[in-house]
Amino acid sequence: MFDSLSSRLSETFKSLRGKGRLTAADIDETLRDIRKSLLEADVALDVVKAFIGSIRERALGDEVSKALNPAQQIVQIVNSELVKILGGDTRRLQFAKTPPTVIMLAGLQGSGKTTFAAKLARLLKQDNQTPLLVACDLQRPNAVDQLKVLGEKIAVPVFAPYEGNGVGNPVEVAKQAIEKAKREQHSVVIVDTAGRTGVDQEMMQQAIDIRNLVAPDELIFVIDSMLGQDAVSVAKAFQDGVGLSAVALTKLDGDTRGGAALSVATITGAPILFSSTGESLDAIEVFHPDRMASRILNMGDVLTLIEQAQKTFDQEESKKIAEKIASDQFTLQDFLEQLQQVKKMGSLKGIMGMMPGMGKLKQDLDQFDEKQIDRTQAIIQSMTPLERNQPRVLNGSRRVRIAKGSGTTVTEVNQLMQRFEQSAKVMKSMAKGGPMPGSPFPMPPKKIAKPEKKKGSKSGNPAKRAAESQGIVYQPKQPGSSFGLGN
Amino acid sequence: MFSFLRKSRNSEQAEAVELPTRTITSAIRSLFPKKIELEELEDILIRADFGIEASEEITKELRQQASKLGITEDSQLRVLLRDLLSIKLTRADSELNLKSETFPYVFLVVGVNGVGKTTTIGKLAKWLTDGKWKVVIGAADTFRAAAVEQLATWADRAGAELVRPQTEGQDPASVAYQTVERAIVDQADIAIIDTAGRLQNKQDLMDELNKITRSIQKQASVSEVLLVLDATMGQNALSQAKSFAEAASVTGVVLTKLDGSAKGGIAYAIQQQLGIPIKLVGVGEGENDFAFFSPKDFATGLVAS
Repeated sequence: MFDSLSSRLSETFKSLRGKGRLTAADIDETLRDIRKSLLEADVALDVVKAFIGSIRERALGDEVSKALNPAQQIVQIVNSELVKILGGDTRRLQFAKTPPTVIMLAGLQGSGKTTFAAKLARLLKQDNQTPLLVACDLQRPNAVDQLKVLGEKIAVPVFAPYEGNGVGNPVEVAKQAIEKAKREQHSVVIVDTAGRTGVDQEMMQQAIDIRNLVAPDELIFVIDSMLGQDAVSVAKAFQDGVGLSAVALTKLDGDTRGGAALSVATITGAPILFSSTGESLDAIEVFHPDRMASRILNMGDVLTLIEQAQKTFDQEESKKIAEKIASDQFTLQDFLEQLQQVKKMGSLKGIMGMMPGMGKLKQDLDQFDEKQIDRTQAIIQSMTPLERNQPRVLNGSRRVRIAKGSGTTVTEVNQLMQRFEQSAKVMKSMAKGGPMPGSPFPMPPKKIAKPEKKKGSKSGNPAKRAAESQGIVYQPKQPGSSFGLGN
Repeated sequence: MFSFLRKSRNSEQAEAVELPTRTITSAIRSLFPKKIELEELEDILIRADFGIEASEEITKELRQQASKLGITEDSQLRVLLRDLLSIKLTRADSELNLKSETFPYVFLVVGVNGVGKTTTIGKLAKWLTDGKWKVVIGAADTFRAAAVEQLATWADRAGAELVRPQTEGQDPASVAYQTVERAIVDQADIAIIDTAGRLQNKQDLMDELNKITRSIQKQASVSEVLLVLDATMGQNALSQAKSFAEAASVTGVVLTKLDGSAKGGIAYAIQQQLGIPIKLVGVGEGENDFAFFSPKDFATGLVAS
């Protein structure tokens, strides 16, 4: 929706090219672009002003005017300052010396506290802790039920003596929960509280009462990464009201630039510990300041893409597929699932658009018919399970029926089958370590595989390095590219 | 204040239901607790989430008008700005589509996670049942844990019928279909269908909305597709509105959580840039805490001294 900062700055830089030295006016022009970009990313205005002020100071100093490429040096400064404010080195969750560690969550309505509570509990459980979830949101209809259901899914006990919906005293619940945790030796207690607006005194008092009683080791402020300018007053209200020791950002799987992160980090000075990136309960990550900085500056598209791909083709899945291919068990059913995973990432054109320097390729892509994927999917979906698993049973009359069922022609069915057989062969040879044949259609996942290829290269970019170490895998053996969808 | 004079299909008499006196004027916090300073207007609008472009545009226009009319006094500037905002926000199509006389009306409610879809439906249903309307609510949010229960609580409060998914994780399109079916069989006036929250960049989930719409259209036409937006959100709300408009042909926006400290300036950009009317606003958690969007009230609240 917005021009990326990099494309806007490259315009500005064009006029600066050849200049060995930046004047104050040049710097101001660059800073105006940065200001606009930050505002479009929803960084609060006052935070932007202070930020630009400090950048200006550094930019006017020696380090820029003596730099080889002064304009880019400015972006470098902006990026490093952003990373610094977002929490140079993120600290880890603080645990109590004598258990139970008490973690209290607070935040606005709809920021995602209850879901986050469950995600955190799951994470801690994996870390060999024995968490107890406590349902202190007795306000929102069925918030208690929601926590119970989530608790069940991750097999973490939920303490919920009241059914909620306005009934019960949350302070009392918190008190009993701590006693229960001590009695039953839970190592961590996670207290979910009711959402409140920053201006609701009564609800804020309730949060304060709970806090005073449970004396939390961490008071995590949960905020929606889509929050706008109001992030400042919300963060202030919570900090002055109940106080906070750390921040968790939610809904980062959306397309928001997430400027609220910078606003909240600046205003509260509290570290951002977690980012929450999806609806499934394992979608929680340790916060990466560098990635967030790139995202706010709208330069992090590549990383986002990698993450998206990683999520779509999760490692285990990829491994399973690779094994199937190697043992000649890759079926049309698997292929269908792969297609659906690709579709999850959005349109191919959209994916290509996210990659820098892909402009030219994108033009070629414009001729690519996205509907082809739908048609392929329709053909496979018109097959019986037997046909999907053993394509060789597909005789003439079956093919006629499939063509009819999918609204395509027998020729199209035949073409798909041909491509499937060819690709199966190619993939098999690749899975066995054979040479990589030229792909008929350069699908983007190939590019994504790059960081993996460079494994061991230890990229200078810490985010890239992290991505590498996480083993971002897109198996080149996967069928996506070999099926010639574009043909 | 909005009077509701639409006759329920089952009642002899037209029922006039008036919305609770709560207007948004009192809920919205003024942009100018002190004096209006023209120099600071742009910054103040940006802080209220109007976005850079709109803030610049409004500031420029107000300056021009003020100098043309020779206005410098604070109270006059407030009136000038109020009228400017109010005129820009006024549209012919900002009323709910409850006039077509083809029963049942079908409302589909969509939006990202946590914006207040379920609460909005509860309030809307309560208001309609107060007007002696027969309301069927469809729980097509089959994804979020306990979403159906949350909706059931609201349906109870409103005295509306609830169509639940029959199995866990049932296809939302089929729940939508069954909801409309029930509304037709029971001669209800309106079916309101809740959907799971979805982020606008999840293409497969956005496609699902299209499927839900088609399943409704097998039996009835869709009267409103209401996109619920959270007033505390920033510029991303524009991206949301754009994507949902493309995927689900949104006919109106519900702006929730205006009772907090957020001003909801993004509503302005959405109407201006995308041409989608704001129809309802939510101003609290109570069942009566909502109002029809009135540009004049909204503008009056923003410039109140």
